[in-house]
Amino acid sequence: MAALATTEGLFDFDEPLATAAPSGGRRRRIRWGRGAILTLAAAYFLLPMYAALKFSLQDINGHFSLSPVAAIPSQPGLGSAFFLSLRLATVTMVLTMLLMVPTVIYVHLKLPRFRRVMDVITIMPIVIPPIVLILGVLHVAPLWLKSSPYLLSLVYVILAMPFVYRSLDAGLGALDVKTLVEASRSLGAGWIATMWRVIVPNLRAALLSASVLTLALVLGEFTMASLDLWETLPVWIVDFDQTNAHISTAVAMLSLIATWLLLTLIVSLDRSHSRRHRRNRAS
Amino acid sequence: MKTSEFAADALPPLSAGAERGRGRRAPGALVRSLRTGAPVLPFLIYVFLGLGIPALVIVDLAFRTKAGQFTMANVHAITSGGQYLAGFETSLKLAFVASVIPGVLGTLLAYAISTSRHETLKRLVASASGVLANFGGVNLAFMFVATIGAGAGVVTSWLARVGFNPWDHGFNLYKLSGVALVYMYFQVPLMMLVVTPALHGLRPAWREAAENLGASTWYYWRYVGIPVILPSVIASMFLLFGFGFSAYATAEALTGGSIALTPIQIGAFLNGNVIAGQENVGYALGLGMIVLLLISVTGYAFLQRRSSRWLR
Repeated sequence: MAALATTEGLFDFDEPLATAAPSGGRRRRIRWGRGAILTLAAAYFLLPMYAALKFSLQDINGHFSLSPVAAIPSQPGLGSAFFLSLRLATVTMVLTMLLMVPTVIYVHLKLPRFRRVMDVITIMPIVIPPIVLILGVLHVAPLWLKSSPYLLSLVYVILAMPFVYRSLDAGLGALDVKTLVEASRSLGAGWIATMWRVIVPNLRAALLSASVLTLALVLGEFTMASLDLWETLPVWIVDFDQTNAHISTAVAMLSLIATWLLLTLIVSLDRSHSRRHRRNRAS
Repeated sequence: MKTSEFAADALPPLSAGAERGRGRRAPGALVRSLRTGAPVLPFLIYVFLGLGIPALVIVDLAFRTKAGQFTMANVHAITSGGQYLAGFETSLKLAFVASVIPGVLGTLLAYAISTSRHETLKRLVASASGVLANFGGVNLAFMFVATIGAGAGVVTSWLARVGFNPWDHGFNLYKLSGVALVYMYFQVPLMMLVVTPALHGLRPAWREAAENLGASTWYYWRYVGIPVILPSVIASMFLLFGFGFSAYATAEALTGGSIALTPIQIGAFLNGNVIAGQENVGYALGLGMIVLLLISVTGYAFLQRRSSRWLR
């Protein structure tokens, strides 16, 4: 079951697919089919964005205006909600990496039989719906933890686990970890140096997709944050909708598009990095 | 057989310990195997505290009255018909529609994207899938109201201008089909995330071999391509089924509770809208969801293992 969101594959553009270049009329037909699917998908995904932008970018008279966007920075509570979301995202990412990376590497190296159990454990967060999980968490969490927003980070680590684990597992599966570790150890590196300077750089693509998914998850999560009564960015957007729907929608669209571009940038940076790497190796 | 093993592992840390100890005879070996297992402990403890205990608490409370006495009344209130059983029925129907259709479309789209040669397009789609798979709630609901809402929706007014107002032809954004349409907005990207690695497992050599043996495109797909990826595709649909079944914020924002869905009923319970004497029914609803999700995840795990025979 190595393939739940092994985004490895999604972010890896070099792997060829089974398209043994068909010739003549058949190729044209395939291109038509692809064009139709892509157009349909683009319409389905972009039209709602267009409609929401059209709604948010209006002045009082209903004419196009950028004034809602200009008004965003001065909205009460937005700044603190934004920084709360950012803090939660950072803590969640650090915790996830500290917990998952050493564990998954260790299991690959020393306990390969344990991988099947890991497969099962890490799928469990999908079995407990977020709304049920937060019900249980709020019931058992001690008071000092419940009064801290970082309780959410602790739970987000669980929510992100299925994606993070599978991404790391696939990334490690593609490496010859044992040889890497033996080479590094025999050259005199300690365990920490081996992890940090040999394994982690080789796992870059997997770590990247894992953190991208974690980031997207934390920045978009609403159910748990609202039931735990913390005003993260998604919760603020919903609350502020009562006050000014135009501005709240503008913020929602802005955060969606900004996250999207940010993630594209991260993925592209990695690509150019590895391409340079490959060129250096070739020359 | 695999299925029963899977169910037995439902309580992760306990069975994990059993797994580690299994097959070792000498007591010294047991100590050694415990020591090799120690670095995994932080992870196991974290999962047990963060997931195991809350789940056990839900199961426990499902069988208790508000005062804490054992009772079957909560479970009985759900299984004996009425609004809660109807909620499960509607939720299952919605999850089915919102997993099969996005499953097929997401696979086609993932194939179209991954065979494309435009690097920029691929990159934009890859990151968009990650973002949109996590998108939902009020914003998503609002986007669709602005697009295809009854009166002022952009697309509604375009269609009305050419004489086809979908609302006059049985479409209703706030009913099951409408909610399923909205769910596709995160289900299709999720499907693309999950199924793309399986598509990468289709090796060009198979296609070439089939063509050398005289197979047409149709034959290749009918006898090679589809049989190889089908288990992965169906497994991914099971996963989508789970996510569609669990989704709360979007349905709540869109329908305001006008259709009975189990997650919305749990939300109502959380917000304190319950009849006296039924305070713990919400936990029983949670238990019901866990049981149904366990079935669908087992289906996923089973099929995924089957597919790993062909796909690395």
